[in-house]
Amino acid sequence: MGLRAELHFDAVVIGAGTAGLVAAARLAEGGAKVCVLAKGVGSTHLAAGTIDVLGYAPERVDEPGHALGELAARRPDHPYALLGADAVAEALEWFSARVEAGPLPGYRYVGGLERNYLLPTAVGVLRPSALVPETMAAGDARERTAVTVVGTRVLRDFHASLCAANLQQADIAARPVEVEIEVERADQNALGLARRFDDPAWRAAFAARLALVLGAEERVAFPAVLGLADPHGVWADLEHRLGRRVFEIPTLPPSVPGMRLFEVLRAALRGAGGRLVLGSEVVSADREAGRVVAVRAHAAGHDVRYMAPSFVLATGGFGSGAIEVDSRWATRESVLDLPLRGVPPEGEPRFLSRYLDEQPMARVGVAVDAHLRAEGAENVVVAGAALPGAIPWREGSGEGIAVASGYRAAGVVLAEHSAAKAEATA
Amino acid sequence: MSDAVLHELLRGSLDHCVKCTICETACPVSNVTPLFPGPKYAGPQAERYRVADQPSNEWSVDYCSGCGICTQVCPQGVKIAEINAQARNKLKRQKGVPLRDRIITRPTWLGRLGTPAAPLANLTLTFRPARILGEKLLGVHRNAPAPRFAGRRFSRWARKHSAPISPTRPRKIVYFHGCGTEYYEPQEGEKVVAILEHNGFAVQVPKQDCCGLPLQSSGLFDDARKTVLRLARALAPHVRDDDTIIVGNATSCTLMLKREAREILGLEDDPDLKLVSERTYDICELLLELHDRGELRTDFQPVNETIAYHAPCQQQGHWIGKPALELLALVPGLEVKEMTARCCGIAGTYGLKVEKYPIAMDVGRSLFDQVRASGAATVACDSETCRWQITHGTQRPSVHPIDFLHRAYGL
Repeated sequence: MGLRAELHFDAVVIGAGTAGLVAAARLAEGGAKVCVLAKGVGSTHLAAGTIDVLGYAPERVDEPGHALGELAARRPDHPYALLGADAVAEALEWFSARVEAGPLPGYRYVGGLERNYLLPTAVGVLRPSALVPETMAAGDARERTAVTVVGTRVLRDFHASLCAANLQQADIAARPVEVEIEVERADQNALGLARRFDDPAWRAAFAARLALVLGAEERVAFPAVLGLADPHGVWADLEHRLGRRVFEIPTLPPSVPGMRLFEVLRAALRGAGGRLVLGSEVVSADREAGRVVAVRAHAAGHDVRYMAPSFVLATGGFGSGAIEVDSRWATRESVLDLPLRGVPPEGEPRFLSRYLDEQPMARVGVAVDAHLRAEGAENVVVAGAALPGAIPWREGSGEGIAVASGYRAAGVVLAEHSAAKAEATA
Repeated sequence: MSDAVLHELLRGSLDHCVKCTICETACPVSNVTPLFPGPKYAGPQAERYRVADQPSNEWSVDYCSGCGICTQVCPQGVKIAEINAQARNKLKRQKGVPLRDRIITRPTWLGRLGTPAAPLANLTLTFRPARILGEKLLGVHRNAPAPRFAGRRFSRWARKHSAPISPTRPRKIVYFHGCGTEYYEPQEGEKVVAILEHNGFAVQVPKQDCCGLPLQSSGLFDDARKTVLRLARALAPHVRDDDTIIVGNATSCTLMLKREAREILGLEDDPDLKLVSERTYDICELLLELHDRGELRTDFQPVNETIAYHAPCQQQGHWIGKPALELLALVPGLEVKEMTARCCGIAGTYGLKVEKYPIAMDVGRSLFDQVRASGAATVACDSETCRWQITHGTQRPSVHPIDFLHRAYGL
């Protein structure tokens, strides 16, 4: 018999966003032989890099831990109702520990479920978030001290004056300053600047020029470009040089804090021996008696059949194309064709005319049981934006759901494996 | 398939681009030089302004090194690198191909010329005045890494080599060694054969030639097509039965056979190439799959060393992860440090060109720094041109990962 590209794992995770990487890293740490298959890099590079657990329910949330419980009671179909507040807390703790043990020296996240931070966005609007990089924490708008917002003309995606003007609307004394920097290209992005800030000599020169235009403001806001390789070092160095508290404001993609998050989770996965296969799209599944026994993924030249007793589906929602709706309103999960929940019945409207209203399709996700197992495929556990019942962009809950459900999905798989092992030995 | 049809197929993928910039974060070239504006600009964005029968008015796409990382990381399936390769081909056809690109893209010619006169050829390649002359006359950078001719050809060794007597009926396997093994590193080929025979394979080495990748990456598509089809015709007859596979140790050349020739050169319909493409394995991919099936011998002796491992961009284009890492982890005593910097900069022949050498060295810098910081004495890497560049950039020897398996087997 010939070799026909077939590989065996204890668990295969589909998707390399936050949920998939968290699930895979925890599975690998739990001793499972795990492989992540992803069409490309996931959501990390596009998001702010903060872990927003619950920002609005529907009013702005100050105590996310408390509000989680209320939300779960009100909406039993919400992912947080399936997960429970304690499990969310445990997952956040696990996540924070991985950041601290990760490849970025000294970098850490602060906060938790007690209080939400209120952090400015790139346009100076305030946004609640539970667990944030230390480099962003001083931006908390619950504190009213004055802020200097630093911008530079070459970063086209961050306008200090707009940001400062909106912060003023929120009663924070904010003043924009522009620092001229010389770059070789007219349209530097956040990543290019982050690499500059990693360079100590360049950073020192920048800080010296900035110090000349700083006023009496206690805090200095930067776009989130304070280093990719050593963000803690860059941030601490700037606080020291400027003699003020410094914080980052997330920018438009590419998100430098999101790239750091990817590196942290990638390192956790690789450090525990997990495999990461990028560029390999899962195109079909082989099923037997209500179970998925293998998925087929594109590789160069030939497809590879990945066999495993358990799969984690962490492919995202409408945004990533994991859930699709076609021109005839047919809605489907595009990777394993699993049954969906939350699709409006035939004849009822799919969309409302006002974009930001609660859209009827918004809560669509893969139908799961209380253990996140997919209906119709009992060994597929679902995590992240593929879950039904949440509207992450209204709730400010996307990363919280991703981390907690990824963590939980790994727990479900590990428990099943140890039960199977116990049965085998008995 | 005509160029026009191929072009439309690749082009169709650009509508999936959501401008997320993930490719921009991963591009090794645009992150170090403003001469290449980045995969998103040069690919899906600029493509909208390229009209079939209009002349090309951009030179920047020639600065894309063709490493393919953009396509790999794209979460929407846009064929960014492939679109850029097409644009580069159009540019080259219109502006003319420099003599240099016609020479350095033909490893077979160079190998045949250099091998009989190896001592003289090697001396010339390290002789400063000759290199300066080469830079002035041809545009090959004077400091660019140049391999040494072995002075013997792997295929001659293979013809004389007699396999050890096997107690069981061996499985047939076809070995595609590539030009690097043939002319520069025949010892690598000997190790591949030894490892395969140790694992019960009967290795066939058909007469073979270049895969055409250097021609393709320099935008010389017509010549690249002829070259890769000649190779496909040479290999296909050996794998027409149901289960014989082809294995290669030159990861960029196996990728050319598996995917790039079909996708970039539009040779999807050629039956020989299709067969060869489906049957081709990279050596580490094959050995790890054997291990997964419990069929790889693991009678490894300890190798007490700390090494660095760099996965070349082209290896990543196989979309199989990093099998070499897991294979090397089977060797007792061997500590392997995974390098996370993306690219060594060379991209085949890109870093040889005088106008691109400094860019290639800037691209490689973060890898070179990581290697130095790792404390590793040796760097394992699956591609020969990357190995030469890594040695050039770090002053450390660089070998194929299978070297360590060969040592651990005690062969």
